[in-house]
Amino acid sequence: MSVEQSDLIIIGAGPAGMAAAKEANQRGVQVILLDEQPTAGGQIYRNVLGVSGRQAAILGADFTEGRPLAEWLTQSDVDYRAGVTVWQVGTNGNVAYSKNGIAEQVQGKHILLATGAIERPVPLPGWTLPGVMTAGAAQILMKTSGLIADGAVLVGSGPLLYLVAAQMLAAGSPPKAMVETQSFTDLRAALPHLAGALKSWRQLTKGLGLIATLRRAGVKRYTGASDIKIVGDTAAEAVSFTSGGHSKRIETETVLLHLGVVPNTQISRALGLNHRYDAAQRCFHPVSDSYGQTSAPQISIAGDGAGIAGAKAATLSGRIATLNALSVMGKISTVERDAACAPLLQSRTSENAIRPFLVRAYAPSGEILRPADATIVCRCEEVTAGDIRQSVALGSKGPNQTKAFSRAGMGPCQGRFCGLTVSEILAAETGQTPDETGAYRIRSPLKPITLGELSALHPIENEQGTI
Amino acid sequence: MFRPLETSNSSAITFTFDNQPVTAIEGMTVAAALLASGYKSLRETPVSGQARGPFCMMGACFDCLVLIDDETVQACMVQVRSGLQVSRVPRMNKAGDRL
Repeated sequence: MSVEQSDLIIIGAGPAGMAAAKEANQRGVQVILLDEQPTAGGQIYRNVLGVSGRQAAILGADFTEGRPLAEWLTQSDVDYRAGVTVWQVGTNGNVAYSKNGIAEQVQGKHILLATGAIERPVPLPGWTLPGVMTAGAAQILMKTSGLIADGAVLVGSGPLLYLVAAQMLAAGSPPKAMVETQSFTDLRAALPHLAGALKSWRQLTKGLGLIATLRRAGVKRYTGASDIKIVGDTAAEAVSFTSGGHSKRIETETVLLHLGVVPNTQISRALGLNHRYDAAQRCFHPVSDSYGQTSAPQISIAGDGAGIAGAKAATLSGRIATLNALSVMGKISTVERDAACAPLLQSRTSENAIRPFLVRAYAPSGEILRPADATIVCRCEEVTAGDIRQSVALGSKGPNQTKAFSRAGMGPCQGRFCGLTVSEILAAETGQTPDETGAYRIRSPLKPITLGELSALHPIENEQGTI
Repeated sequence: MFRPLETSNSSAITFTFDNQPVTAIEGMTVAAALLASGYKSLRETPVSGQARGPFCMMGACFDCLVLIDDETVQACMVQVRSGLQVSRVPRMNKAGDRL
C-alpha cells in the first residue's frame, strides 16, 4: 500500500506552524499540518478561539493577538490534523503519528519542524512534590480550563513570570509572593544590551508596566533569591530561601516554577540534525541558517524550536522557512525566495532586538543550572545531581554514558526535563564544553506507543533501516 | 489550590477517579478536572513511591500518568467525558506484582 504524499508537512500548529501553513497555502502548495493539541495556537495561543470574554481580558492582548491566524487556519482548506502525536520523523520526509490509538504515516517532500519550546527544567530541592508546577502549566490551566491558582508562590525569573503574576492579579488571585533568582548584578550585566533593547521599546515598556502593576498591587517580590527549597512531605507546604541576607519561609500549597523556555529538540535530535550550545541562552538548539534550513536538506525549522525568540518572531520565521522550503522543492527560485524573505527578515531583526538584554538580565542562576548533590535531576527515574556527578567519577564522558550508569533520561519523558541539567553538570565536572559534552541521543518512538499501534502500520523506512 | 475564574456556561459532566465521582466541565483535560477537584497527587513513582501530580500540563513531563481503559496515559492530554473511568496507575515491583 502506498503512503500518503504531501509537498510540505508542518509539525506544530503554534504561531510558526500556523503562519507557515498560511504562507504555503496562499502559494498553492499542498500542506499537511500535524499538531498534538485538540485546538490550534500552540502553547502561547492555546485555546485562543475557545476562551471566554473574561479569560481573554485576563490573558491580555498579547494572547488574543493569536486569534486571526488560528481563525484563518480553522476556516482554510489546509489539511490540518489536530490531536495527533508524532512519534517518528525521518530525514527522508516520512512522518509517523498516532491519533486515538491508530497509527498513520505520511510522506512529505519537505518537513518543517515548528515544535516550539518547553520550560527550562528548574531542579530545586522539592520540585517533584505535588503542588509544584511550571508557570506555563498555570497559564495552560487559565487558557484551557479557566482555572486560577490561589495563593501561589512564583519562583524563578524571566518576563513570563511577571506576565503570569499580572494575569493572576487581574483574575483576583495575586501570587502570595515572587521569589526571583535574578540579582542586581544580572541587571547591571544586562545594561550594555540596553541600547539594543530600546529598539524594542514597546516590549520594554510593556515589561516595565507589568512590574509597576505588580508593585502597585503590593505583590511581594524577593530578588536575588538563593538556597531555594520547596518544603513538604507528600505535597508542597512552603518555599524557603535566602534573600537580602535573610532567610525566609513562605507557606503555600502551590509553587509555580519558571526560568524561561528552551527549544524542544526531541524531533531535531532524533533526526540527528546538528545542534549547537547557545552560551547566552544556556541551551542547545538545532543549527539552522537565517532561512530555517537545517543540516538535513529536506528539513527546515521555525519558531522557538530553532532558538527562543517569541511568538511574533515565530510567525515571521514560519513564513521565511516556508519560502525556503519552496525553493528547496524547486517551486520558487532562490531569487524569488530572497525577495519575498527580505522584509520578513528585517521585521524579525527588529523583533529580536530586545533578546540579548532579556537573556542576560534573566539568566538562570548557577544553583539551578547545576544543582546540589541531593537534588533530583531526572524526575522520572529519581536520579540526583550527586548520581550524575558520581557517573563522572566512574568514567562517564557524556550524557549517554551517564544514562547507562544512572538511568537518568531513561524514563517516559525521555530526558525532556533532565537533559539540559545533565549536560550542564557533566560539562562542569569534566571541564569539557557543552558542545563537546553533547546531549542525550533521542530515538523514536518520541512518545510511548502501544505495540498494537506499531504493528498496524506498514513498514517504515528510516535512516536506521526498516522497523 | 485551583479555583474556577467564573461560572462556566459549558455543561457539567461526571467521571470517576479511583471509583470516586468527580464533577468537571466539558472541554477540560482529566488533569485539570482533578486539580480543580482538589486532587494534587495522581500517582506514586515506581522507584521510591513518592507522590506526584501534574507538572507541565503540556504532555512533556509524564508526571500526570493515570490509567484509562487499561492504558497508562498522560492525564493532561485526555479530554474528560461523561462516565470516563480513571484510576491511579498501580505500583508494581520488578516482578510485575502489585505493591
